[in-house]
Amino acid sequence: MFKHHAKIETNIFFMAVGILLTIVVGGLVEVIPLFSIESTIEKVDGVRPYTPLELAGRNIYIREGCYNCHSQMIRPFKDEVERYGHYSLAAESKYDHPFQWGSKRTGPDLARVGGKYTDDWQVRHLINPRDVVPGSIMPGYKHLTRPLDYADIATHLTVNRMVGVPYTDAQIASAKKDVEEQVFSDVGSSPAVLASYPKASLGKASIGLSTANPKVVTEMDALVAYLQVLGTMVDFKTVDDKLIRR
Amino acid sequence: MSINTEATPYCEDAIKKFAIAAVFWGVVGFLAGDFIALQLAFPVLNLDLEWTSFGRLRPVHTSAVIFAFGGNVLLATSLYIVQRTSRASLFGGEGLSTVVFWGYQLFIVMAALSYVLGYSQGQEYAEPEWAIDLFLTVVWVLYLIVFAGTIMKRKEPHIYVANWFFFAMILTIAMLHLGNNLAIPVSLTKSYNIFGGVQNAMTQWWYGHNAVGFFLTAGFLGIMYYFVPKRAERPVYSYRLSIVHFWALIFLYIWAGPHHLHYTALPDWAQTLGMTFSIMLWMPSWGGMINGLMTLSGAWDKLRTDPVMRFLVSSVAFYGMSTFEGPMMSIKAVNSLSHYTDWGIGHVHSGALGWVAFVSFGALYDLIPKLWGRKEVYSLKLVGVHFWVATIGIVLYITAMWISGIMQGLMWRAYDSLGFLQYSFIETVEAMHPYYVIRALGGLLFVVGSLVMVYNIYKTIKGDVADEAYASATSGAR
Repeated sequence: MFKHHAKIETNIFFMAVGILLTIVVGGLVEVIPLFSIESTIEKVDGVRPYTPLELAGRNIYIREGCYNCHSQMIRPFKDEVERYGHYSLAAESKYDHPFQWGSKRTGPDLARVGGKYTDDWQVRHLINPRDVVPGSIMPGYKHLTRPLDYADIATHLTVNRMVGVPYTDAQIASAKKDVEEQVFSDVGSSPAVLASYPKASLGKASIGLSTANPKVVTEMDALVAYLQVLGTMVDFKTVDDKLIRR
Repeated sequence: MSINTEATPYCEDAIKKFAIAAVFWGVVGFLAGDFIALQLAFPVLNLDLEWTSFGRLRPVHTSAVIFAFGGNVLLATSLYIVQRTSRASLFGGEGLSTVVFWGYQLFIVMAALSYVLGYSQGQEYAEPEWAIDLFLTVVWVLYLIVFAGTIMKRKEPHIYVANWFFFAMILTIAMLHLGNNLAIPVSLTKSYNIFGGVQNAMTQWWYGHNAVGFFLTAGFLGIMYYFVPKRAERPVYSYRLSIVHFWALIFLYIWAGPHHLHYTALPDWAQTLGMTFSIMLWMPSWGGMINGLMTLSGAWDKLRTDPVMRFLVSSVAFYGMSTFEGPMMSIKAVNSLSHYTDWGIGHVHSGALGWVAFVSFGALYDLIPKLWGRKEVYSLKLVGVHFWVATIGIVLYITAMWISGIMQGLMWRAYDSLGFLQYSFIETVEAMHPYYVIRALGGLLFVVGSLVMVYNIYKTIKGDVADEAYASATSGAR
């Protein structure tokens, strides 16, 4: 065996081929079946593409690097399920490009933070976390009170469709309008955006801020809309246990 | 290996630049790391400005230490080693290697600026957006051409073992970089990865773990395989062990990614595969460690007399320690406690500070005097000072993270006598404070050590020689 190795270590092409064959195996075996094995993503109802406003909020979440300290992946342990809610399913992040499962919990998991706190709490917490959680070590995000740039939001939906998120033509056409409708509709009303995207969080999150212009959609509105939908899409009362057992 | 330096004029302009850039980015990366460590202890240091929050600065730290410091060390050493072990000057000469140098620095600056300004792909260690990724691809291919081209014009019949590792690193990083960054752009500064959810998680950690496995391990093993034998003036311990551990290491590493996704929504079969291969990986890792350490057979006294050797040998010892800890943490039962906690951060830093940075320091202290035609560094005594200050820093860092990580993991799962979760999340955060302070102190010592190195290297390049008897350099060792 060792004397044959001389062939490889005296010829860079043999060495290149040897290395490439060696390193490609593990990746192929681990990645490809995830696209072909049907049980990889559970068949559960309720998971829908993000509203344009939520998608914009998600991009702010990525921009600020929230994933550096917050996971979005509840593991199937008693303490995690009691602390955060039902363990996360693959189906719940199937429209996430990129995924934001995270790797570190300097702050708590956010996979099911949706609906746990009011919009007002979220806004105050984001502006200065220590106003509502005295021991918090999270940065403050005052700059999110600025207007959201959503001029090209329809393009974002189009590109998401190209990578596999099933946005309809109608949803793409009304993307900009849907941003405004989600923010400026009263809680409890039923605007068109809600029919298109069930469970979307309505209303202007940053309305309580003295600096807020009530007619402008802020980055804060988008981020809070995203946080408020996290983990709320699947109704676990209606899910067949056998489908999601781990 | 016998090398006639007079016969072959080596190209060293770019290598000198890479070496200086490595020192510069090292200090920047360590400082950034210590600053964000302090932010976790004292959140007021986030300054409530968008550009200075932890979330934007942490990628600056990780990219600065991995790609800027580590990358420049790899480029400097690999291009230095490949010429000497091939008895050939760089393919493309000073020109092409200088293009690679400036291209790589431009990549670093663009990446760091983009994070601070809020452009990020949102995938760890792969934050640069698509345009920067494409730019890096071009630079990397040029690097491959310089490196492989030099091997092709070699006068030695055999390709030296260090070059196997560099070559595997260059090829694998290219594959991972392309595979993990497949994205469709919306604009110059924003794109969406073609993979989502669970598939994206798998490709990300296929990339992420092998950035560790190839960039931070295979490449730095290449450094070990040249500088340890060189400095010890002994041949590599076992040629056969080199062959076995090289192929086993590069084969097994690729499979280990899923251990970053234990108990997540990644299917169990993939998690189990990842765990199994991670445990197997312990063997080739220790094969490399044994090959490095045993090369000192008959030269162990150098550990006492040569502080540069002390850096190199300690780095291999740290490598052995973290490559035992890693497989242990990849066992699902252990991972259920360690994952999401500071234990992971401690593990990374025992590898990054103890292994990657120490072997880099050892290589730089050996390389820089040679590049500038000096007999030895300005002061070996200061190398000894650097060694001890940095070692104490690492010990503070990793012990603080072990305690905080295990403690927080246990607090999360603690129940009181009535069957309720005993601690709220914020109580577990508050309990971390003293350890975050100790960690920042350890990091500060590491920064101080690197500043001692900057001074030492500055004086070396200037051509000064410290007024010290050689024996006094060893007085601190004992």
